[in-house]
Amino acid sequence: MSSPKRIRVLVAKPGLDGHDRGAKVVARALRDAGMEVVYTGLRQTPEMIVEAAIQESVHVIGLSILSGAHNALLPRVTELLRKEGADDILVIAGGIIPEDDVPGLKKHGVAEVFGPGTALSEIVDYIKAHVKL
Amino acid sequence: MRTDRLSATQLVEGVLRGNRRDLARLISLIEDEDPSVPSALSQLYKHTGRAHIVGITGPPGSGKSTLVTRITTEYRTRNKTIGIVCVDPSSPFTGGALLGDRIRMQEHALDKDVFVRSMGTRGHLGGLARATSDAVRAIDAFGKDIIIVETVGAGQSEVEVIDIAHTILVIDVPGAGDDIQAIKAGIMEIADIFVVNKSDMPGAERKVTEINAMLDTDPRDRAWRPPVLVTNARAGEGIAALVDTIDAHRKYLVDSGLLAEKGLQRSREELKTIMEHKLTAELMDKLKGLPEYEHAIKKIADRSDDPYSVAERLITKFLADYGRRVTESERKR
Amino acid sequence: MSGNDDTAKALRQWEEGAVAKTLTKFPEREPKFETISGVPVKRLYTPLDSACQDYQRSLGFPGEFPFTRGVQTTMYRGRFWTMRQYSGYGTARATNRRFRFLLEQGQTGLSVAFDLPTQVGYDSDHPMAQGEVGKVGVAIDSIADMEVLFDSIPLDKVSTSMTINAPAAVLLAMYIAMAEKQGVQMNKLRGTIQNDILKEYVARGTYIYPPKPSMRLITDIFKFCSEKMPLWNTISISGYHIREAGSTAAQEVAFTLANGIAYVEAAVKVGLDIDSFASRLSFFFGSHSDFFEEIAKFRAARRLWAKTMRERFAAKDDESCKMRFHTQTAGCTLTAQQPDNNVVRVTLQALQAVLGGTQSLHTNSRDEALSLPTEQSVQIALRTQQIIAHETGVGDTIDPLAGSYYVESLTDETERRAQEYIEKIDLMGGAIAAIEAGFMQREIHDSAYEYQRRVDAGKRVVVGVNMFAEKEDRKFDYLRVNPDFEKEQVAQLKKLREKRDHGLWREAMRSFRIAAQGEANLMPLIINAVKAYATVGEICGVLRQVWGEYKAPDIM
Repeated sequence: MSSPKRIRVLVAKPGLDGHDRGAKVVARALRDAGMEVVYTGLRQTPEMIVEAAIQESVHVIGLSILSGAHNALLPRVTELLRKEGADDILVIAGGIIPEDDVPGLKKHGVAEVFGPGTALSEIVDYIKAHVKL
Repeated sequence: MRTDRLSATQLVEGVLRGNRRDLARLISLIEDEDPSVPSALSQLYKHTGRAHIVGITGPPGSGKSTLVTRITTEYRTRNKTIGIVCVDPSSPFTGGALLGDRIRMQEHALDKDVFVRSMGTRGHLGGLARATSDAVRAIDAFGKDIIIVETVGAGQSEVEVIDIAHTILVIDVPGAGDDIQAIKAGIMEIADIFVVNKSDMPGAERKVTEINAMLDTDPRDRAWRPPVLVTNARAGEGIAALVDTIDAHRKYLVDSGLLAEKGLQRSREELKTIMEHKLTAELMDKLKGLPEYEHAIKKIADRSDDPYSVAERLITKFLADYGRRVTESERKR
Repeated sequence: MSGNDDTAKALRQWEEGAVAKTLTKFPEREPKFETISGVPVKRLYTPLDSACQDYQRSLGFPGEFPFTRGVQTTMYRGRFWTMRQYSGYGTARATNRRFRFLLEQGQTGLSVAFDLPTQVGYDSDHPMAQGEVGKVGVAIDSIADMEVLFDSIPLDKVSTSMTINAPAAVLLAMYIAMAEKQGVQMNKLRGTIQNDILKEYVARGTYIYPPKPSMRLITDIFKFCSEKMPLWNTISISGYHIREAGSTAAQEVAFTLANGIAYVEAAVKVGLDIDSFASRLSFFFGSHSDFFEEIAKFRAARRLWAKTMRERFAAKDDESCKMRFHTQTAGCTLTAQQPDNNVVRVTLQALQAVLGGTQSLHTNSRDEALSLPTEQSVQIALRTQQIIAHETGVGDTIDPLAGSYYVESLTDETERRAQEYIEKIDLMGGAIAAIEAGFMQREIHDSAYEYQRRVDAGKRVVVGVNMFAEKEDRKFDYLRVNPDFEKEQVAQLKKLREKRDHGLWREAMRSFRIAAQGEANLMPLIINAVKAYATVGEICGVLRQVWGEYKAPDIM
């Protein structure tokens, strides 16, 4: 470990969805890939997520959501980031997000959506490819 | 992707003006050991020294994070602003870290007067990250009244927090009826205040007795005998008394002149550390490309030379070199 | 036994002879085989393997202790399992339509899915409810919504299961009050409330209050129902969600039973006689991928619970020792890729549950990795159960796999592993202590991570995902919840608050709050409040104020 630089990722569960199996598994995989992962836990509002991302100065925000509320919540996160001038932070999402909704989310600033069946290495590789330390 | 990466010096003004985004970015640069950092810290230095720095350490499972949240809540009712740095161990194999202390601090998530930063130790031993001390400095310059540094203290050597904190809280929990100390000897010695948390668990009183017994046998004659407090952080019990005690310790440090004395000692040590760090970095940088260096190492390995003589020679050469460069740059000025 | 010695000898000869020879020509697919939960699977099981040598003691008869072979005397020969599809979305009106569709299609019991705001005790106009109203289930704010939900559904004929936990008392109160309006007395009502808060802390996340007051609410319900609702299942102690969160089969059984033990202990502590409430406890498991392991799991769970009730709690009545359970096919095994494959998975999983002796069954729809099920998909899911019931004959004899050397061996092994966990949890001080220490959560997370790593490494095959995958062009039609539902619901809520009798409401809420601060049984007061059109959010809000909210321990 010559360089002290580490990719920092915020993993959050927005809204009321309580299924955190995926978020925790991804958080651990990112840690095993050498990243620093701030895991916020459940019941995060977009405001809490953005505030945490700013204080922790993360490179990436990973949002896990299975409740179908993604169209309401995810754009609010990206909008708040824009308002704070923090939209250089990469926003990715996973969970139960129908393919049809992905273009809309991307238009709102979500960089990529990782659906069910995505290998952990795919997420790790994506982050490593898109974050320049 | 990060497009424009501001240098540390560009962030100084923002930090002094209370821009938390700039503070956060500066802390990242400090963690990354960015070359622009020393200059920025140099500019911020005169704005530091105001905050009261509280170190909180204890074994995993002792409820530190919950306690930190409660202390923060109490301080907020007393109109204090808070900075919190949570240090967690980085994996020695992957270098990554799972920083989960923030979960416990949800109630302060949107309070603009509470700033929370999670840090991995990034290979550094001693309980803190190499960057923690400078990060605390930055938060001090930012203007927080109280800065809490939370770290895992289980091993004997995780006492580094003593170098940066004014008041150190050591947290423990009632044992499962056995006498195995959850906290190792080294950590016991650095405490200014002991806190037995999870007081609703059986054995809390016994733990208090144990700690007091240990304090009774302390050979040092200390004017401040660390109080042993009892809290139930989850239920919010014992917190006001704890905060009163922290404030009392601060007062004691000021009144006794210890604060000033510690400040002197700290400055001495810090200067030494910075100089050591800088000298070592410069030395290793100079030696890096040198064929003479690699050659010397081979000779040491096959016993045709020895490391003591080699070190003597290289350092003498380096210092002579260094001296020459300093004279030249001064002449240029 | 000399018979066993002969078999042992012959087995050895077979292994050293024919098997060894074959292996040199055809190595086996894997160096060693394991169930999906990590239990070693031998090449062959023989009479030497099973401990069911003592038939009466370890297996017994259906409807008789220890119920290994089933809790009812004639099982499916008397009556098939209840076909009970979990459903709900959008408004009460939309869900009522889906309920009636399912009943027409031959479903034999109702199962209500509530939306997240309802599950977490928020009204549809709460800021945290934004974007969530009606998404994962029906939005219920007040008894007015309940009435629409059960419009034209005869509550004296249909049994209803409600998947509701922290606010279970409120929804039960609404059901009771609404049934009363329909002219059905509460002692005639059949159904279940999930009401299992411990697994919320462990695996599902829709908790509200800390454990202690939550247990009080649960025992209040036990007490109330033991006196007033003899046909109502007061709890559905769940392993399904624990399994969905990534646990092994043994963990699923162990953690569920440990939670069950905690509930029984709590009830006994408040003075309930065990035989007065235990027969109304029910359970809920998943049915996962490993065919024989799942069947063994159900049988092991039944036997272990029966023994627990008799030995640990000295239950006298056999009814108290019966583990009646509902099963749902495992949602986490469904894939978004090639959704039609899911019909096959669900069929096998449903069959496992039937061969395992479930009392009621929900079969997932093929599109559930994408969204809530369309009418067409849920119909296929229902037909799956109907085909198993009416065409395969598996229900015509009881516990047909009993005596299988493999199945009995696996049953014993699952019971053994689960028992080990339960003992560990006992040493920690019970389920609640284990949960507060994060023990169950960590075990589940470790299993989940292990499993994901195996899948990513290709060691565990998921057809269509890491093997036999294809570039999919196929357009799939799936259910979308109308976003106007939320607006509609919020508008209705506003009107309700304006129109209700304020005096009545205020008084009901006042006496409810006082009771919450004291020790009185809360059920009658909650029923009173819902009749005065108090909302879910208002009632739960009072409890939030009085009891505070749960803070999850750090498990990472």
